[in-house]
Amino acid sequence: MTTYIMIIVTCALINNVVLIQFLGICSFLGVSQQMKASVSLGMAVTLVTTVSSAVAWALYTLILVPLGLEYMKTIVFILVIAALVQCVEMFLKKTSPAIYKALGIYLPLITTNCAVLGVALTNVQDEYNLLQSVLAGLGTGLGYTLAIVLLAGIRSRIDESDLPKPLRGAPVVLLSAALMSIAFMGFSGLGR
Amino acid sequence: MSGIIIATVVLAVIGVVVGVALVSVGRKFHVDTDPRVTEVRDCLPGNNCGACGYAGCDAMAEAIAAGEAPVNGCPVGGGPVAEKIGKIMGVDAAAEERKIAFVRCKGSCDVTKERGEYVGIRDCRAAVLSGISIWECDYGCVGFGSCVNVCPENAIHVENGVAIVDRKKCIGCGLCVKACPKHLIELIPASRTQAVRCSNHDKGRAVRNVCNAGCIGCGLCVRQCAYDAIHVDGNLAHIDYAKCELCGKCDDKCPAHIIADLREGN
Repeated sequence: MTTYIMIIVTCALINNVVLIQFLGICSFLGVSQQMKASVSLGMAVTLVTTVSSAVAWALYTLILVPLGLEYMKTIVFILVIAALVQCVEMFLKKTSPAIYKALGIYLPLITTNCAVLGVALTNVQDEYNLLQSVLAGLGTGLGYTLAIVLLAGIRSRIDESDLPKPLRGAPVVLLSAALMSIAFMGFSGLGR
Repeated sequence: MSGIIIATVVLAVIGVVVGVALVSVGRKFHVDTDPRVTEVRDCLPGNNCGACGYAGCDAMAEAIAAGEAPVNGCPVGGGPVAEKIGKIMGVDAAAEERKIAFVRCKGSCDVTKERGEYVGIRDCRAAVLSGISIWECDYGCVGFGSCVNVCPENAIHVENGVAIVDRKKCIGCGLCVKACPKHLIELIPASRTQAVRCSNHDKGRAVRNVCNAGCIGCGLCVRQCAYDAIHVDGNLAHIDYAKCELCGKCDDKCPAHIIADLREGN
């Protein structure tokens, strides 16, 4: 049991996908302008990482390993995750338009987000089983949500402050992200 | 060699399976969408400026197709776009004229003086909330550029303490109208070229005391107008754009020169 909790904590905080592993930075910086959009994107990422972790695990253990094609994991994961997200999108559109609308354009956008691919590849690297993979995916998604919501909050404060001109816009966002990253380094003691 | 073949075959099989799965899922979970949504969406400008009040052009297209939004609801596209959408929707679009933002204040740093010192956030709304009278004239442009910040087309800028609209760049989205805490900006039809550049409702003498460029409500313009299009209401001249024939007599005669002539070259 502790292993499973540890996996979630590790993925969400200690090895935070954005702030420690530096994956998915593009959407992290791009979409964090508004709190609402950040929450939507965080939800979409969590959904996709969780589902794709399971599928990637099945694909890897049931098809790639028996055939000795482990080196093909990257391209196969990209292909399958993209298709999977499309399926999930169509499924949601039909069955629950409310969730579909809440996630909006972010669901298809993150198909090719490297954070999603990163989780699938890390799971394989750490030799997780199915449940561990799914939890790692969930934890990573939660970590991403946490990071982007925090940055959105910081940015809304930054927007109201009087900044020196050269720092306005992207520079101050990058600086804030860097400081958040340093803060998250503090979680590295949690795992011991 | 056989490794390459196996890899290729496996990838191809996965690709085909995924493709088939996508198609079947697409069929099974097909949602009927109104074909008019796409057609309407193609007519809209695609700036996603949000001036219509919807999240973007896609949301607007959906609302128009559902009959929730008027066919001429896009202030950016104006008449031509409304006409095209009207054809799709089978509605006769009362084509609306393109509108341009206009700042009703001429109170630059040269004509009015600073009264209070404000050291907070450089934002008009924050400055107005603070209650400090920055300028002698309480009606005039604050000059911190809240309108500049919201303009999607970079068509408005603060020059010498007062906001000025670039009429060529303005798309008439009205975001600046909402942003101005002094309610100085209005959208006027593009063809109307006479407009009053003052919002001060005080009596002539009080206006003169705070601003050299303000409307003193003398009424000279009212007498010049042959079309009954200009009136002084609350010590401030107002132009009725529906009646104005653009003769330009009012701005020639205005002693304070606050009726702007917006024709090309002026």
